[in-house]
Amino acid sequence: MRLKLPTIPSSEITPENVFYKRRELIHLAAGGAFGLGMSSWFTRDAFAQSSNKLSVTANTTYTVMEKQTSFQDVTSYNNFYEFGTDKSDPASYASSLITSPWKISVEGLVSKPRVFDIEDLLKLMPLEERVYRMRCVEGWSMVIPWVGYSLSNLLKLVAPLGSAKYVEFVSLADKKQMRGVNSEVLHWPYVEGLRLDEAYHPLTLLTLGLYGQTLPKQNGAPVRIVTPWKYGFKSAKSIVKIRLVEKQPATSWNLANSAEYGFYSNVNPEVDHPRWSQATERRLNDDKGFFAPKIKTLKFNGYGDQVASLYAGMDLKKYY
Amino acid sequence: MVMAIKSPLYMQEWTLKNIIDRFGKPFVFLLSISPLIRLIWFGVNNQLSANPIEFITRFTGTWAIVFLCLTLTITPLRVTTGWNTLIKYRRMLGLFCFFYAFLHFSTWLFLDQQLDFSAIYQDFYKRTFITLGLAGFILLIPLAITSTKSLQRKLGRSWAKLHSLIYLIAILVILHYYVHKAAKNNFGEVIIYIIILGALLAWRIGRWSIRKHAQRNTA
Repeated sequence: MRLKLPTIPSSEITPENVFYKRRELIHLAAGGAFGLGMSSWFTRDAFAQSSNKLSVTANTTYTVMEKQTSFQDVTSYNNFYEFGTDKSDPASYASSLITSPWKISVEGLVSKPRVFDIEDLLKLMPLEERVYRMRCVEGWSMVIPWVGYSLSNLLKLVAPLGSAKYVEFVSLADKKQMRGVNSEVLHWPYVEGLRLDEAYHPLTLLTLGLYGQTLPKQNGAPVRIVTPWKYGFKSAKSIVKIRLVEKQPATSWNLANSAEYGFYSNVNPEVDHPRWSQATERRLNDDKGFFAPKIKTLKFNGYGDQVASLYAGMDLKKYY
Repeated sequence: MVMAIKSPLYMQEWTLKNIIDRFGKPFVFLLSISPLIRLIWFGVNNQLSANPIEFITRFTGTWAIVFLCLTLTITPLRVTTGWNTLIKYRRMLGLFCFFYAFLHFSTWLFLDQQLDFSAIYQDFYKRTFITLGLAGFILLIPLAITSTKSLQRKLGRSWAKLHSLIYLIAILVILHYYVHKAAKNNFGEVIIYIIILGALLAWRIGRWSIRKHAQRNTA
């Protein structure tokens, strides 16, 4: 007789909001036992924001077959200084961000400047799911199933002029919604940029969701960029303006410390960060847990086949 | 009738002094160990963030600095308040500083670097903040070893000299923290510790110069 593996009907799977409610209840119970003060000393939970499901089609060309970082980790460990410098701050404080209505203006050296509503962007193109590696300049990495489509689709609509050489992304900087903007830690608004050919590269994703749903606020809702062959900070979050410009944009991290954060910031194990080696990285959510060794960092984060030609003839040690 | 030197508690008066003498040390010990219990609690409950090694490293490092500050607060507090009992707590706080520094160092050595000595060697001579932190930790070791009462007595004046290394350690450690945060422009927390340690060191410099002055005047 053949053993039949039990299949779990979807009705048996705990929905996400119930799952979080349960944890909340457990913590509440713990709070009762320990006293309220103690319970806050012993918990550091932040709750993921509610998101809407999106209908998406997997783009198998751009799917990395590596273990994906859990939704929990992707949404609770973020660098998003607009909400604070601690990795847990975005999940704790991004709920104050108002993502609807949201407008994004595409302007500058274009013949058809246009302001898009976030709803327009969600309908503009069929949404693809792409599983990308995400390598942070700090030496850790994740594997994330993003939802979106190539930025080039949007750029073509506004018809860039011949004089446009770079694309500048401007993030929202509203002190009322983003508590971190009150601190002088970075030059606000957060500005990032790409060379025009990088922006047109099919890998450059105009990102509207992750894990099949709209972007959680702590991950840069409602719209962000993802350039998987560059360090994470190059991927601007909560974008309100995309400008096509002639000169290389003055980007926030480059302004803050140009020796450490170059304009290109392509993932490159051969170019050390002044304070640490970039040769290896810690993959978060590794099966081996605590004792998982670091893994070797790949040049262009493993996307060399697709993007190396963009930098032919360039000295990547100089243009880091 | 003559009372025994150490009478059982029920025979003593419940004065604040007696209570502190009796329960002060266990109480401070429990308070000092509670961050570690908190860390273990986080571990058990899967709350060490997506990057547990980084979390543990920062957690233990921060508490090592906190205990360094607390240790250095004892003398100014004792001198200004005249509450001499405080000196009894200095050793324990100092040893907790070493304890958290040891956990911080071990996390880096075993979990982060996984005993990869070529990477460690690279780190040591290339990364200023690693060099500074490691130097601070190494200098703490002799202080922890000679912290016992008997060695304190045996070493006499040289004990005090040896233990004044703590001021150098404080400077190394704060630089270690500062350099780590500097390039990220993220000074919020570092500044707090710079102010606290700066004030504690300034108080001592002030006291030394007043003493020197007094000595010169009497001579």
